[in-house]
Amino acid sequence: MKITVTDQAGEVHELEGLEGWRVMEVIRDWGLNIKAECGGALSCATCHVYVDNDWLDAVGAPSDEEEDMLDSVGDVKSNSRLSCQILCSDELDGLKLTLAGSASKEA
Amino acid sequence: MSTEITTDVVVIGAGPCGLFAAFELGLLDIKCHFIDILDRPGGQCAELYPEKPIYDIPAFPMITGQQLTDNLMAQIAPFSPEFHYSRMVNSIEKLEDGSFKLQTDADETFYTKVVVIAAGGGSFQPKRPPVPEIEQFENKSVFYAVRKMDDFRGQDVVIVGGGDSALDWTLNLQPIVRTLTLVHRRDAFKAAPASVNKMKELVAEGKVNFQLGQIAKLDGENGQINHVHLTTDAGDLSIPATRLLPFFGLTMKLGPVADWGLELNDNTIVVDTEKFQTSVPGIFAIGDINYYPGKLKLILSGFHEAALMAQAAKAIVSPGERVVFQYTTSSTKLQKKLGVA
Repeated sequence: MKITVTDQAGEVHELEGLEGWRVMEVIRDWGLNIKAECGGALSCATCHVYVDNDWLDAVGAPSDEEEDMLDSVGDVKSNSRLSCQILCSDELDGLKLTLAGSASKEA
Repeated sequence: MSTEITTDVVVIGAGPCGLFAAFELGLLDIKCHFIDILDRPGGQCAELYPEKPIYDIPAFPMITGQQLTDNLMAQIAPFSPEFHYSRMVNSIEKLEDGSFKLQTDADETFYTKVVVIAAGGGSFQPKRPPVPEIEQFENKSVFYAVRKMDDFRGQDVVIVGGGDSALDWTLNLQPIVRTLTLVHRRDAFKAAPASVNKMKELVAEGKVNFQLGQIAKLDGENGQINHVHLTTDAGDLSIPATRLLPFFGLTMKLGPVADWGLELNDNTIVVDTEKFQTSVPGIFAIGDINYYPGKLKLILSGFHEAALMAQAAKAIVSPGERVVFQYTTSSTKLQKKLGVA
């Protein structure tokens, strides 16, 4: 499956995602600017992404715990998600998302 | 008042790898002092995921971050390490005799033969909201913690956040401020329900303003804010304010470590894999903060690094002394140190 990620600088990257991987892990593995400091434990919000509106239904709504973690960043939008909570699957082939400013290593 | 402490080893960071270093150093009769930015031991395990299960600690099919921290504290207790919490090492200076002088932001000076950097992802710092030029207002009218309540007396205060810090300070500051506005992105709070209820009562009484939204921009000059601009579902909103308290939790920053003259690789410290020594002899780095080919950021790797580092540190602390490698299972000498023989 493929994921299209727009980074904080506006550059578009097409990444190969592996079934069962977390989207955060794919983005981190490709060396894009994502801090992901808790490593996927749903204990921070430094893998914050905006899901392309066309993909919101397929990705689904964030869990309560994920909403709680999103409180710790100041750039939340209605399509905000934590990329560690999105699992790569065939249904998400072609997923488009944008890295939030609050996910960058410098934030 | 400034304090001077002379010791053999200073460990910067009291996370799991740093704590285990006290055990390995202790077996070699080396005492250590810990310096940590947090107010308790455990590092990321305590701050980020105390209740989350960890499955890859050898011999523990499952253990939480807090349990791991508690176990390590019990394990190193026989060696009585000393802990200096809520402070940060600002500078390290190498002295002529090869030892080091460390300065903390709590006005302490440590003289030590060996420095062990076990600082994980760096020091935990308050998260800065994504607001242009917020730096120019920091520590003048924008604060990430309340150190002196008097700084807020009679002020127009805006507090941002939905967690316990935001709610607690809303309740504590409300009686002494001129106006108080709590800003949160949604009408749900990850704070103690009693505090949330109390806040809602104050809102109903007209003593606290609650505003849904996110902070977008600050107006002011010479470090003093006068308006906070918010983005809300109903459009942009401007609130007169003289103090801002954003509470978005903590994030890890490499911090002053970057300025200590050590060879770095992408925000990590380059070490060798025999001693886990940095480019400056006498300064070691273990755990998530170090880098070497094949590095895995695992707690178990940090434990291994701590053991090898301790052997090398011993050679610096007690030059010329012959070290006999022993097992805790069979050595009466080691068992005496552990208080079990």
